[in-house]
Amino acid sequence: MQGLAGVAACGTVPAFGASAATRPPYAPRFFNAPQWDFLIAACARLIPADIHGPGALALDVPRFIDMQMQTPYGHGAGWYLAGPFMQGADNLGYQLPYTPRDLYQRGITGMNAHATTRHGRPFAALAPAVQDDLLRAAEQGSLVFDEVPSAVFFEQLLANVMEGAFSDPIHGGNTGLGGWTMLGFPGARADFMDWVDRYGAHYPLGSVSISGERA
Amino acid sequence: MSGDARRLSPVDVVIVGGGWAGSIMAKEMTEAGRSVVMLERGPDRSTAADGAYPASIDELEGNFRYRLFQDLSKNTVTIRNNSQQTALPYRRMAAFLPGEGVGGAGLHWSGVHFRIAPDDLRLRSRVIEKYGRAFIPEGMNLQDYGVTYEELEPFFDKAEKVFGTSGEAYRVNGQVVGRGNVFAPSRSDHFPLPALKDVYTAHIFRKAAEEAGFHPYSLPAANASQQYVNPYGVQMGPCNFCGYCSGYACYMYSKASPNVNILPVLRRHPLFELRSSSHVLKVELDADGRRATGVTYLDADGQECMQPAEIVILAAFQFHNVRLMLLSGIGRPYDPARNEGVVGRNFVYQNVTTSTVWLDRGVETNQFIGAGGGGVAFDDFNSENFDHGPLGFVGGSPVWVNQAGVKPIGAAHVGGPPGTPRWGSAWKAGTIDTYRHSLRIDAHGANMAYRDVYLDLDPTWKDTCGQPLLRMTFDWKDNDIRMNRYVVDRIGDVAKAMDARQVHLVRREFGSPFDTRQYQTTHLGGGAVMGEDPGTSALNRYLQSWDVHNVFVIGANAFPQGTGYNPTGMVAALAYWAAHHIRVTYLAHPGPLAG
Ligand SMILES: Cc1cc2nc3c(=O)[nH]c(=O)nc-3n(C[C@H](O)[C@H](O)[C@H](O)COP(=O)(O)OP(=O)(O)OC[C@H]3O[C@@H](n4cnc5c(N)ncnc54)[C@H](O)[C@@H]3O)c2cc1C
Ligand code: SF4
Repeated sequence: MQGLAGVAACGTVPAFGASAATRPPYAPRFFNAPQWDFLIAACARLIPADIHGPGALALDVPRFIDMQMQTPYGHGAGWYLAGPFMQGADNLGYQLPYTPRDLYQRGITGMNAHATTRHGRPFAALAPAVQDDLLRAAEQGSLVFDEVPSAVFFEQLLANVMEGAFSDPIHGGNTGLGGWTMLGFPGARADFMDWVDRYGAHYPLGSVSISGERA
Repeated sequence: MSGDARRLSPVDVVIVGGGWAGSIMAKEMTEAGRSVVMLERGPDRSTAADGAYPASIDELEGNFRYRLFQDLSKNTVTIRNNSQQTALPYRRMAAFLPGEGVGGAGLHWSGVHFRIAPDDLRLRSRVIEKYGRAFIPEGMNLQDYGVTYEELEPFFDKAEKVFGTSGEAYRVNGQVVGRGNVFAPSRSDHFPLPALKDVYTAHIFRKAAEEAGFHPYSLPAANASQQYVNPYGVQMGPCNFCGYCSGYACYMYSKASPNVNILPVLRRHPLFELRSSSHVLKVELDADGRRATGVTYLDADGQECMQPAEIVILAAFQFHNVRLMLLSGIGRPYDPARNEGVVGRNFVYQNVTTSTVWLDRGVETNQFIGAGGGGVAFDDFNSENFDHGPLGFVGGSPVWVNQAGVKPIGAAHVGGPPGTPRWGSAWKAGTIDTYRHSLRIDAHGANMAYRDVYLDLDPTWKDTCGQPLLRMTFDWKDNDIRMNRYVVDRIGDVAKAMDARQVHLVRREFGSPFDTRQYQTTHLGGGAVMGEDPGTSALNRYLQSWDVHNVFVIGANAFPQGTGYNPTGMVAALAYWAAHHIRVTYLAHPGPLAG
């Protein structure tokens, strides 16, 4: 059964863990220590390591996000950030003056403040089930941070976590092509001339990255 | 024009925008011996630089950082659902993705390359003939294009040959010749290339649609199924279904683009000059406002320049064309209260929903394989191909599997079947299952035009040049929602013939407003429409301004209402049609071509 390919991918999970352990630790450039602790803890809950494949930590998603904060994107490139700023119906989209960097600063402060008020400890120090409850509350928008609705922060975080797990490793995440292998995505092969009409068959070649790394 | 604008030496034709519309017009005008300057506000782009393998095969940069798209930080639109609301800026890319840079969105489109259903060109007349005037809902501005399929056919044919389009004809010169779309009108020639192979999901869909009693056909695709040399002498290579199509420059030189199919010839032409990083501010008019004298633009150094020209062609994309007309005072702005005026009138979109079918876990759907224009469709519920009488709505929808290549960040956002959380272990399991074993079916419906759906200038927000943003007032209407729901039920009929493990039919919901946060399509239309009545159209049937005869406005802005098809085949045919009449008549006798 083709579904076994997923199980086979799981067999490689410890390997990702091991290679992560032997890499020099990444020193974040944008996030300070408490923010970095939050990011690591939140990533581990959003994409946990489990029988389906590697988690966000083995894929170096926090590193990816920190690196993105150094790019023009992190500084709001491509977003129209001219005033005036007015809030409207949700379906009319994002209406805050903040760049991704601003959203992380404010959002993490807000999450940790909630964690401390409710549970006496910052987010990273809480039990996984409690962290999940807080993330769910943020997702549903039921927390209120100073200037950023919790759902806006959560969407920013979730989008970047998905990007970190599944983008080309050139951007700092998807370590060992673990995200792609888990999904069954062959990466930058980008040539299926000989497979387009092999109907229903499992694609036999493993993932490859832009730099030529193979899974 | 401010006093310190640098006045440049005059040319015959100035073209605003370097996409399909602008490139076709530039080619035609240089063939007619006219000097042409093309002003494109974005950077110069080419396949060699922007489509290099493997660097360009990067989903984050292509589909999530919008490397080749419009820079919204400089210029965007505001959007609201109705005229009682305050429109708010479209601050981040989501619902639609306008292009920028040489080639426009044509460098990174998908390639679905349609003609138009003949009935759609005269939809108002056809609906009245078939169902009576009372059938048209209150508030719907249903109109005819003022041009027939027979008149446009040579230009559809020409565009397909320039694009190197792959497809299978049904009828050529009245004879049935193949297994193409039985509802398509007769053609003067076959497609230049045979249809692309079906990917697996399209193959499954074709079989199931047939079993359900419908008439599937291969989508016409401007993705070359074989090596090809177009009439301009440029070469295309065969598409390898790389899956990085929509949002990317094609590294195989297989997807038609202005950059591959037209510009290589133009760039060498002595009468042609391309100026990139040149942002046009407005069209300058003479004292009585009846003739354009040229355009004012900011050059790459931010210097304001006035480019004098005998003919001004706006080819800046649908809504940028409308905005430039409003900023320049060309044509009477639309007033929704009185349903009068024409610039901004009949703004339309594409009415798409996507349903998902999960197959057995032993079957891999390999969704990463795909070509942007490839797939299988049926038209049984498109245009006037079915009896609307008992259904009580205007418009229709083709249905298709158009697997352009699903990539992993996109798949992560799609997630799992309904009810799956958006993160955590359950999300992982659902996403892996959906990615490996599902297929997606679109109802790609038409959106009709309504009196209270329109474009005008925003009173509050401005671009970095200090000019007002364009304001969109748009929402889905009951007629179009009912059409979508009827057609999605037919998708349900097809899914029943598929051995599905699970089916999730997605319908448009009544009362659920247009959501600017969800990607739909970049098939925006109308706003400066063509027609035979200057009271309801900004352009005559040759896409010439009724008011300023030396201004031609080329793009999907000319569509009086939406169609079930993707727009670019029609835009290209209209460009060749307008160019033909400029060449044959206007150049010798400048003046109004109609009326
Ligand atoms: C991801 C994607 C996939 C698509 N897939 C399909 C498909 O499969 N089939 C289909 O039919 N259509 C498709 N489309 C739509 C298609 O791309 C457009 O219909 C087509 O490119 C429009 O061509 P155009 O020349 O009118 O405009 P554009 O290609 O947008 O070109 C207009 C150019 O004008 C420039 N410009 C704008 N304002 C100014 C100014 N003030 N001064 C100077 N320059 C200016 C812009 O920068 C731009 O480069 C797709 C679009 C996108 C974004
Ligand atoms: S799918 Fe085909 S046409 Fe599209 S980018 Fe890849 S090779 Fe080019």
